[in-house]
Amino acid sequence: MKGIIRYIGRKTIDLWLFLGKMFIFLIESLYHIFTPPFKFKNFLRQVRFFGNKSIIVVIFTGGFSGMVLALQGYYALNKFGAEALLGPVVALSLIRELGPVLCALMVTGRAGSAVTAEIGIMRITEQIDALTVMAVNPMKYIVVPNILAGIVTFPILTTIFDVVGIYGGYLVSVHALGLSEGTYFSQMELYVDMEDIRIGLYKSLSFGLLVTWICTFMGYYSGYGARGVSRATTNAVVLSSVVILLWDYMLGAFLL
Amino acid sequence: MIEIKELQKSFGKQQVLKGVNLVINEGEVTAIIGRSGGGKSVLLKHIVGLLKPERGNILIKGKDITKLKGSKLDEIRADIGVVFQGGALFDSMTVYDNVAFPLTEKIKLNKKEIYEKVIKALSDVGLQGMEYKYPAELSGGMRKRVALARALIAHPKIILFDEPTTGLDPILVRSIHKLIRDTQKLYGFTGLIISHEIPEIFEISDRVAMLHDGRIVAVGSPEEIQKSDNIIVKSFIMGIENWEEL
Repeated sequence: MKGIIRYIGRKTIDLWLFLGKMFIFLIESLYHIFTPPFKFKNFLRQVRFFGNKSIIVVIFTGGFSGMVLALQGYYALNKFGAEALLGPVVALSLIRELGPVLCALMVTGRAGSAVTAEIGIMRITEQIDALTVMAVNPMKYIVVPNILAGIVTFPILTTIFDVVGIYGGYLVSVHALGLSEGTYFSQMELYVDMEDIRIGLYKSLSFGLLVTWICTFMGYYSGYGARGVSRATTNAVVLSSVVILLWDYMLGAFLL
Repeated sequence: MIEIKELQKSFGKQQVLKGVNLVINEGEVTAIIGRSGGGKSVLLKHIVGLLKPERGNILIKGKDITKLKGSKLDEIRADIGVVFQGGALFDSMTVYDNVAFPLTEKIKLNKKEIYEKVIKALSDVGLQGMEYKYPAELSGGMRKRVALARALIAHPKIILFDEPTTGLDPILVRSIHKLIRDTQKLYGFTGLIISHEIPEIFEISDRVAMLHDGRIVAVGSPEEIQKSDNIIVKSFIMGIENWEEL
């Protein structure tokens, strides 16, 4: 019995220490965002990295999400004769919910994991130590550009996801299910407000911060050797995915 | 130049440094020898402020770096170059960008000046024409040379070498040692080399210190160390694990 209590106690302390370390890491990163020198080149390189790595997978998943939403939505709406509302159903689902969440999950798997692995390898090959001894702050040089790039690219990629998804929905609704083109778009225009777009934007912005925070943290404090980096990468993807879904619900409940 | 006093460091329950005392003289090359896992690299990381000790001090030019933080520590670091064990080259950058890094990040020079300095540093280490290769395209010896060029480029007063010849063949070991000696004469830096290349290390050092079980057990000229009666030093130089065999 004592052993179990000791085990639970130790795990609880470890968890709080881990969360504390993560929180300090975030505060330090945010501090370095606003203090010079600014590493603009590194920021642009990471924007390119995030975009380049994820754009194809975002377009692909966005397109198919829209298409499947149209199919399933048509099936449900058809039951009570409201097929005309298929456009708004596809658009609202994508803009408010699926766009930010699925896009964040895809970018995490594609670019977030790569960021963790890259920083982890920099850690184990002493490149981070080399930066420190050259009096270059590694937080400013490596972490901050990633976080800023996440905040900028996530909303852009989400927007692309939404647009491609709506177009995918249009292809299925109009060309496969026979809905008129005018109905699909006019109803969408009627029911989708700026508020919906704003909610989607807030979500993708916060996912950008959360994902890059978790992925850079995991890489920065990855363990030694190939196993340490692989564990850090897996943990980064799993934790980011869980946090995305958790935060999505919390933000949804708060913003609704 | 560097004075280490009663330095102690533990990782968990394991005490790695148990009170290191050492003076590294200006303009000399001092080698620290000792068995693997004996705390040599840990000691080096303390000298450059990457680790903080539990007890003890490290005075560099009279300033205790164990007490310094942030920009004050960076001021001291500006005078120190480090050649890491694996080179620690930035693998996303070319050789040119790696060597130019301390200049582009810290010292504001124009492109032409940087170019001239990089070419000079690379030719000093025998790597002309390699500017646009990536670290992954270089051999182990070349990577160490690039790391040395990067450490030299900002003309630091102190250069620390963390096992600069580990994993190299005997010919390359000699060539890297010669390079360290030649560049030391050329640039006049104070050198500290962590190594277990016996006997080659004696040829390039002015002083040798033996670190054993978290303490410096012997310091002296290479000749003095080679003739030392200290049983730990003797057994290490002769490569005998159990000193009772002597």
